[in-house]
Amino acid sequence: MNPVNYVILSAVLFSIGAIGVLVRRNAIIVFMSVELMLNAANLAFVAFARINGILSGQVIAFFVMVVAAAEVVVGLAIIVQIFRTRRSVSIDEPNLLKH
Amino acid sequence: MNGTVALSAADLQQVTPATGIFTLIALLIALPLAGAAILLLGGRRTNRWGPYLGVLTVTGSAVLAIVMLVKLMSLPTGSRSIGQNLYQWVFAGSFKVNFAFQLDQLSIVFVLLITIVGTLIHIYSLGYMAHDVDRRKFFGYLNLFVAAMLILVLAGNYLLLYVGWEGVGLASYLLIGFWQYKPAAAAAAKKAFVINRVGDVGLSLAIMVMFVTFGTVNYSDVFGSASHASQGTLTAIGLLLLLAACGKSAQFPLQSWLLDAMEGPTPVSALIHAATMVTAGVYLIVRSNAIFDRAPWAAGMVIAIGIITMFMGAIIGSAKDDIKKSLAGSTMSQIGYMITAAGLGPIGYVFAIFHLLTHGVFKAGLFLGAGSVMHGMKDNVNMRMYGALRKVMVVTFITFGACYLSIIGIPPFSGFWSKDDIIHAAFERGTLIGVAGVLVAGITGFYMTRMVAMTFFGKARWEDDAHPHESPKVMTIPLVILGVGAVVLGMALLFWGNIKTWLEPVTGLTEAPTVIPDWAIMTISLACVLVGAAIAFVMYARRSVPTTAPRGSWLTRAAREELYGNEVNNTLVVRPSYYASRVLNWFDARAIDGFVNGLGGFTGAAGTRLRRMQTGFARSYALSMVGGAVLVILALVLVRL
Repeated sequence: MNPVNYVILSAVLFSIGAIGVLVRRNAIIVFMSVELMLNAANLAFVAFARINGILSGQVIAFFVMVVAAAEVVVGLAIIVQIFRTRRSVSIDEPNLLKH
Repeated sequence: MNGTVALSAADLQQVTPATGIFTLIALLIALPLAGAAILLLGGRRTNRWGPYLGVLTVTGSAVLAIVMLVKLMSLPTGSRSIGQNLYQWVFAGSFKVNFAFQLDQLSIVFVLLITIVGTLIHIYSLGYMAHDVDRRKFFGYLNLFVAAMLILVLAGNYLLLYVGWEGVGLASYLLIGFWQYKPAAAAAAKKAFVINRVGDVGLSLAIMVMFVTFGTVNYSDVFGSASHASQGTLTAIGLLLLLAACGKSAQFPLQSWLLDAMEGPTPVSALIHAATMVTAGVYLIVRSNAIFDRAPWAAGMVIAIGIITMFMGAIIGSAKDDIKKSLAGSTMSQIGYMITAAGLGPIGYVFAIFHLLTHGVFKAGLFLGAGSVMHGMKDNVNMRMYGALRKVMVVTFITFGACYLSIIGIPPFSGFWSKDDIIHAAFERGTLIGVAGVLVAGITGFYMTRMVAMTFFGKARWEDDAHPHESPKVMTIPLVILGVGAVVLGMALLFWGNIKTWLEPVTGLTEAPTVIPDWAIMTISLACVLVGAAIAFVMYARRSVPTTAPRGSWLTRAAREELYGNEVNNTLVVRPSYYASRVLNWFDARAIDGFVNGLGGFTGAAGTRLRRMQTGFARSYALSMVGGAVLVILALVLVRL
């Protein structure tokens, strides 16, 4: 199968993730969309590694996974805290930065 | 002129290091300085004995000065210039200044005048200021003044002289404004300080020019190499020194502060604004004789300034009804005489100093006498409210009378000898200068007789609640001593002290060929004085004096306004700088502040507008990030293509 198809899939997944981040209000969904974007990027890395026949792309994919795992830990903790204090996980409500 | 340069002996006399009693030169200054420090820093606990300590320190200096005079007289003529170097004060590259004193024939007479008259005035002040709450502060300031004045005359270089020069200015400021709760006194103090500053700039510039030209500011080095400097440089230094002298000695055009300075307590007027500080300008010119001898144009300016002030002071003194202001006019006029004499060159220096000494004594006597009268008249200074005081204030009258005869120049009182010598020297230089001297002598006879007549003769015009009485002993004894001084000092200095040969090694002395015989000049000036005195006696003692001043002629009105000196200053200096500062203020407020405030306002407004972009919605930030990323990628793609 042509590896370019994987790249196209990766672009589609990334766009879905980006749109999800932009349009959804629920922080959990936004979070999942971010994960989708990260994994789309991973897919692109791996595909390009395959196309070019070198391993660095695959190695970077592992790094991204590690970072994504760490990010999930921190991010979920924040979301839980916000939920506890504000009884909501809508990302439009915590706009305290503005004030 | 060439003949005079050869005889100018200042650079011939070598400075010898101090030995024996002369190692105590610094003590002369340290005593009153310590007194000032104790009285001013000691606070309230020195209130009780402070004034007596102030008197003691100055007396100590006076005694030491007399001992030094005796010792100095016993030395041979050529080695009477004693130098004492305390330490190296300033050293920067090739510029070295020592904290060094120089005691010579010229300084010692000043030291004696300052300490002895100073002591008498301190004692007098014990009585005069007895009821003042701030007595301790007053004596502290007086001691500070004496110390600064001694530094001025004992300095061995111009930089140290400058320290004393500023010190007496400070003391003068503090003492004029001693009763600072009176707005007039506070304003007068400020005025004296500001106008003196103009002169001080002259002195500091003169010192800088000296340093640039000679590389040193030591008296002996500057005078020694004065002949190598160019005519232009010497004239510049001379004129700058003259400016300094004008400020300190209240000479035209910086004269207007002296009359206002009479707001200070009367002992201050006697010590600072009659006997010592205001004569510092004369000292400066005489001390710098090596420069003025070689700068005839500057010396000519000195004569011109002296003659102008001589007339101005005498005319102002003739019209003022305030006894102290009239005396202040007289001081201006008499210092005009000294400045004129100093401008005459080697034929005049000695007489300038001679007149300075006699004037210091009789004018201090006149001021203290005036203070004694004021003391008895509830501090009223208006002579139109006096009259017939000779019977109630006998001692004051007699001593004032002695000083009066001395200032108008009646033989054999001391003023006669000194003034006659100046007029004589003036005639040698130019007939016009001599005539000016004689005329002012006549006016002096007029205004002094007017003062004596209005105060001590005629009918009593006292206010209802005035009970004139003689002052206490502590005030009359100094008066008596000064009165005796006014009688004998001239003769003593001339015949016993031999002032001419005494000062000659410092100032040089040229006996010019006599143009007009001595007795003729004496007769003419005496006749002038007697005519002036007679007119004044008829006008103010025979006729009754109205208690409110009549309108008077235009000259009287002008003289009452101090010959419009203040108006001239206001028009030429104060108002232009006032308007200039208003324009600058406007420029500052509108242009500079406008620009700065505009910049601030623009930033603020821009911030307010830009703040709208920050919605606080995480998703809109994410959108802008995505938008940005898309733009970056598009740009990369386009560039690649």
